[in-house]
Amino acid sequence: MGIRFILMVNKQGQTRLAQYYEWLTLEERRALEGEIVRKCLARNDQQCSFVEHRNYKIVYRRYASLFFMVGVDDDENELAILEFIHLLVETMDKHFGNVCELDIMFHLEKAHFMLEEMVMNGCIVETSKANILSSIQLMDKAH
Amino acid sequence: MTGMRGLSVFISDIRNCQNKEAERLRVDKELGNIRTCFKNEKVLTPYKKKKYVWKMLYIHMLGYDVDFGHMEAVSLISAPKYPEKQVGYIVTSCLLNENNDFLKLAINTVRNDIIGRNETFQCLALTLVGNIGGRDFSESLAPDVQKLLISSSCRPLVRKKAALCLLRLFRKNPDAVNVDGWADRMAQLLDERDIGVLTSSTSLLVALVSNNHEAYSSCLPKCVKILERLSRNQDVPQEYTYYGIPSPWLQVKAMRALQYFPTIEDPSTRKALFEVLQRILMGTDVVKNVNKNNASHAVLFEALSLVMHLDAEKEMMSQCVALLGKFISVREPNIRYLGLENMTRMLMITDVQDIIKKHQSQIITSLKDPDISIRRRALDLLYGMCDVSNAKDIVEELLQYLSTAEFSMREELSLKAAILAEKFAPDLSWYVDVILQLIDKAGDFVSDDIWFRVVQFVTNNEDLQPYAASKAREYLDKIAIHETMVKVSAYILGEYGHLLARQPGCSASELFNILHEKLPTVSTPTIPILLSTYAKLLMHTQPPDPELQKKIWAVFKKYESCIDVEIQQRAVEYFELSKKGAAFMDVLAEMPKFPERQSSLIKKAEDVEDTADQSAIKLRAQQQPSNALVLAEPQPVNGAPSPLKVPIVSGSTQDPDSVARSLSQPNGTIGNIDPQIPSPDLLSDLLGPLAIEAAPEAVSTDQHGPIGAEGVPEEVDGSAIVPVEEQTNSTELIGNIAERFHALCLKDSGVLYEDSHVQIGIKAEWRGHHGRLVLFMGNKNTSPLTSVQALILPPAHLKLDLSPVPDTIPPRAQVQSPLEVMNIRPSRDVAVLDFSYKFGTNMVNAKLRIPATLNKFLQPLQLTSEEFFPQWRALSGPPLKLQEVVRGVRPLALPEMANLFNSFHVTVCPGLDPNPNNLVASTTFYSESTGAMLCLARIETDPADRTQLRMTVGSGDPSLTFELKEFIKEQLITIPMGSRAIVPAAGSGPAQPVAQPPSPATLADDPGALLAGLL
Repeated sequence: MGIRFILMVNKQGQTRLAQYYEWLTLEERRALEGEIVRKCLARNDQQCSFVEHRNYKIVYRRYASLFFMVGVDDDENELAILEFIHLLVETMDKHFGNVCELDIMFHLEKAHFMLEEMVMNGCIVETSKANILSSIQLMDKAH
Repeated sequence: MTGMRGLSVFISDIRNCQNKEAERLRVDKELGNIRTCFKNEKVLTPYKKKKYVWKMLYIHMLGYDVDFGHMEAVSLISAPKYPEKQVGYIVTSCLLNENNDFLKLAINTVRNDIIGRNETFQCLALTLVGNIGGRDFSESLAPDVQKLLISSSCRPLVRKKAALCLLRLFRKNPDAVNVDGWADRMAQLLDERDIGVLTSSTSLLVALVSNNHEAYSSCLPKCVKILERLSRNQDVPQEYTYYGIPSPWLQVKAMRALQYFPTIEDPSTRKALFEVLQRILMGTDVVKNVNKNNASHAVLFEALSLVMHLDAEKEMMSQCVALLGKFISVREPNIRYLGLENMTRMLMITDVQDIIKKHQSQIITSLKDPDISIRRRALDLLYGMCDVSNAKDIVEELLQYLSTAEFSMREELSLKAAILAEKFAPDLSWYVDVILQLIDKAGDFVSDDIWFRVVQFVTNNEDLQPYAASKAREYLDKIAIHETMVKVSAYILGEYGHLLARQPGCSASELFNILHEKLPTVSTPTIPILLSTYAKLLMHTQPPDPELQKKIWAVFKKYESCIDVEIQQRAVEYFELSKKGAAFMDVLAEMPKFPERQSSLIKKAEDVEDTADQSAIKLRAQQQPSNALVLAEPQPVNGAPSPLKVPIVSGSTQDPDSVARSLSQPNGTIGNIDPQIPSPDLLSDLLGPLAIEAAPEAVSTDQHGPIGAEGVPEEVDGSAIVPVEEQTNSTELIGNIAERFHALCLKDSGVLYEDSHVQIGIKAEWRGHHGRLVLFMGNKNTSPLTSVQALILPPAHLKLDLSPVPDTIPPRAQVQSPLEVMNIRPSRDVAVLDFSYKFGTNMVNAKLRIPATLNKFLQPLQLTSEEFFPQWRALSGPPLKLQEVVRGVRPLALPEMANLFNSFHVTVCPGLDPNPNNLVASTTFYSESTGAMLCLARIETDPADRTQLRMTVGSGDPSLTFELKEFIKEQLITIPMGSRAIVPAAGSGPAQPVAQPPSPATLADDPGALLAGLL
C-alpha cells in the first residue's frame, strides 16, 4: 500500500501530528507511537534513517527539535520517502516561512490540508509545491 | 489558528501542562465542555462546531479516546461553505474508520459532491473516499469515480484524486469496480502530460497489474515512455523538478509498475528501457547536496531492482553487483543499509552468488556496525548467502556476534545459526559443536526445537554418539551452565554415557555425581530428565555398582512424594523397575532412531517468512524459479513406528501416559500400541510442561498400581490426556482473568490466562527498575494453534521488549517468550498483552493486563525511627508529600492491613508511631527517571470507623508521591479491581466465557494452581 502513517513528534516524544492511512485502534496507535518514538529518538546522526519495526519500516528525518517519521511497507523505496519528507518540510516552509514546531502545533489544520494534498490512501498524489498550496490559498481567501 | 481563539488557547494550555496527569485533566475538562456544547444544538453555530471538531482531532492525536461527536464531524460535510465542509471531510477521515455507521449516513452527500460541479468539493469528497471508503462506497460510487477519471472536461486537479480514489475502491471491493476494458483507458491515462495525474495513475496501475498483468500489457510501453521522458528531462515543468531531478517519485513509481510485468517481450520497448536503465546506472554520481544525492539514488536503487527483475544480460548484472559492492562499503549509512538490503534481494537471482561471496568480509564487518538496522540487514544477507563453502565462517561469525547482540536479536540469531549449521554442516561433529556453543552462549534464546534437533541427529547417527557424549561431558565441567545444557547433556549421557566408560572421569558413578550436582539448580521440568538419566546410568553399570545404586535409589525415594506428579511417577516407576533386572534392561535400552523428517527449525523459519506481506518482491520471487533457502517437503506424519522404549526426554516434555504405556509393555498387558498415541518424536509430539495438567488422570491410573501389579487399565489412551473434546470448537474460559491478574500482582509466578485450548503462565524476576518476565504459552490440544499473536501494548512509562512468538504452537507444546521490562518513571498504568490465536476456525482474542505493576518496582525497606523521622520531616508538603482522607476502605484489622502493605513491598515499620492505631511504612522505588527513591507512608486509622482512614505519602518526586498514594488507595478500597481497568475484565476474552461448569480436569484439581506452584 505504500505509506501507512506519517508522524511528527518532538524530542520530548510529544506527537504534533499523526496521520494514519490504515485503521488502528487508539491503543494500537499509542503503543506503536511509543515504541517507534523510543527507537528513533535513541538513534544518532551517524546511523541510517531507517528503522525496522514489526511489519513496518520507519523512514525518519530530524529537523531541529522535530522528528518526521513515515511508516511504510517493507518494499517501499526508502530514499524516495526520505526525500518526500523533505519535500513536505519545504512545502510547509514555503507556506509558513521558516517553519517550526509551533507553526505545526498551532496550525494543525493547515498541516493537515497540505498533507491531504500530497498523500492520499498512502500513495503520493502531488509533488508540486504550487499545486499543493493552492487549496490552502483558496481557504485563506475565504476568510 | 486562523480565527479560532478558543482552539489556540486550548493548545497553549496543553503545551503548558507540566506532566501527563495535568494534561489528562485539561483534556477531560475540554471533552466535558465539548460534550455539553454538542448537546445544546440551538446555539451550536457552524463556526463553533468547526472549532470543537478541531479540538476533538487534537485530543485524538494526543492519544485520548474521543468516543462522541462523530455525528457532528460528519454533519459538517454537508455544510454549504467551503471552510466548514473541508474541516468536516478532513476530521472525519482522521477520526472514523470505514465501518462507522455515521459514515454510511454521509454517502449521499459525498456522492453529490463528487458528481457536482464544484471541483474543490469534488476533491474533498474524493480524498475522503480514497482514504476511508469501504465496501458501501465501492458499490455506490465506483462508476462515478471512473467517469471522472477519464473525463476530458475534468481538470488534472480532480483526476489525480479520482485515480487514487478508484484504487481504494478497487482494493476494498474488486467485484464492485468494473474494470473490463480498462486496459485501454489506463493506457490513455498514461499518455497524460500532467505529472500529478501520472503519479497517481501509476499507483492505480500497480494495483491493477498485480491483479492481472496480461490484461494491462498495453500499459507497459507507456511506462517506458514516461521513463524516457523523465530521464531525458523533456517537457518536465520546473515545479516537478526536485533538485534538478525530474520527479524522482514518478520515476520510482513507473519502474516499480514495470516490475509487476514478468518480462518485456517487445524488442524495441526492451531496448528503449535498457537505454534508460543504463543511463541511470552509469550516470548517477555522488554529489554534495544531500537531497539531490538521495533523490538520484532513490532512482538508482529502483533501477537496480528493475534490472534484477528483468534478468538482464550478464554484463549488466555484474555491473549491478559491482555497484552494490561499492555501496556496502561506503560511509554513508543510508546507502550502506540499502546496499545490503538490495544485495539480499539479489540473492534470488541465480549465478550472482559467487560475485556476492567476494564481499563476504565486508558484510561481516557490517554485522558489527553500531547501527542495529544495518546489523539486521547484514544478518539477513549472511543467512541468505550461506552455503556449504562458507557455512563454517559465517556460523562462526554469528556465534561470535551472539555474545554481544541485543536481546531482541538473539533468538533470531540463534535460530538462524542453528539452521545454517544443520543445512550446511560439512561434518556432523561440527554441527554438534555449534549447537552446544549456541546453548552455552545464549541458552535463554535457544528454543527447545534446537536442542531436540541435535538429540535427534545424535540418536540417528551412531558415529556421532561417542563424540557428542564426550562433548556433553566437557560442558558439565563448566562452573555455571545453562539449564538447557543440563537437559541436553543429561539426555546424551544417559543414552551414550556408557560409550565413554573407559575415559577418565566418565564412569557411571562419576557421571552421576557431576549431573547430580546440577540438580539443585534446575527447575522442575528438568528433574524428570535427570531421573531418567540416573535410571539409564544405573542400568548401564555392569557389573552393578551397589554404591551407585544406593545413591540413585535414595534420589528416587526422595522424589517418591514429590508434589509434581511427573517427577513422582518417574521416581516410583524407576525405583520399582530398577529392582526388576532383565525387564529393566529392555525398557531402558537405547532409544530407536527417529524417522527422517523435515527439520522443524526450517519449518519454523518458513512460518516466519510466510507472514510477510504479498509484496512486489514476493511476487517477483514467485514468478521466477528461486533458489531460496527452504525446501518444503511434505512431512511424513504417521509412518513412524511406535517405539516401545521409554522416551527419556519426555521428562522435559512429560507425556506421563506414554510413559505408563511403555512401561507396561514388558508386562505384556497392552499387546499393540494404539497408532494414535503421540510418537515419541522429540520435536513435535511430546507435551510441554503444561501437560502437568493431565497428570491428575495419570496419577489416578497409577493408583491402580500400574507397575507392581500387572494390568494397566486399557482405557488409558491418548485422548485421555486431553480434557477438551476436540470436536467441539468452543472456547471455554477457565478461571477469572481479573482475579488471576490480581493474584499475580502480589506474586511472581502463576497462570495469567487459561481457556480450553491454551494456558498462559508467567514467571517474573524483578531487579531495581528492570524486570524479566517469561510468558509460557502452552497448547493443551492435540492439534496445533495457529495464527498465534502476542502483542504488547505498553503504557508510556514502561519499556517492554517481547521476544517474537511463533505463529503456530504445535500440539501439546509450550512456547516460552521472554519479556524484558524497564520502568521509566512512576505510573500506575499497566501494560496489556493482546493475545490471539486460531483454533480450528475459531479466532480467540484476549486482552490481558500484564502484572508489571507499580509495586513490582518497590523493594521492601525497614527503617528505624532515627532513619525515618528526619526524612519524613524533610518532606515538607505538597507536591512531595500528599495527604488524603480515604473513605470506603475495606475494613481490615491493623495486623491484616500491615500484611497487605508488606505484600506489595511497602514495609511496615512497627513501633515507630506512638499511636497504636497508626501504621508507618517505607519502601524504595526504582525507575529510570527517579533512580532508587525512598518512599514513606503513614496511615492513621479510626478505630471507631474502619471504613475510613487518613493517608500521607511522601517521596522526593511529586509524580511518584501521587502515583504511590493512588496505588495504595486502590489496594485499600473495597473493590480494587475494575476501578481503572483499561481492559474490560472478561468481556473481551474468548468467545464464550464463564458461566459454564468447569471441565472435569479442572474439577479434579485446579491445574492452574498446580502450575503456578511449580513455576
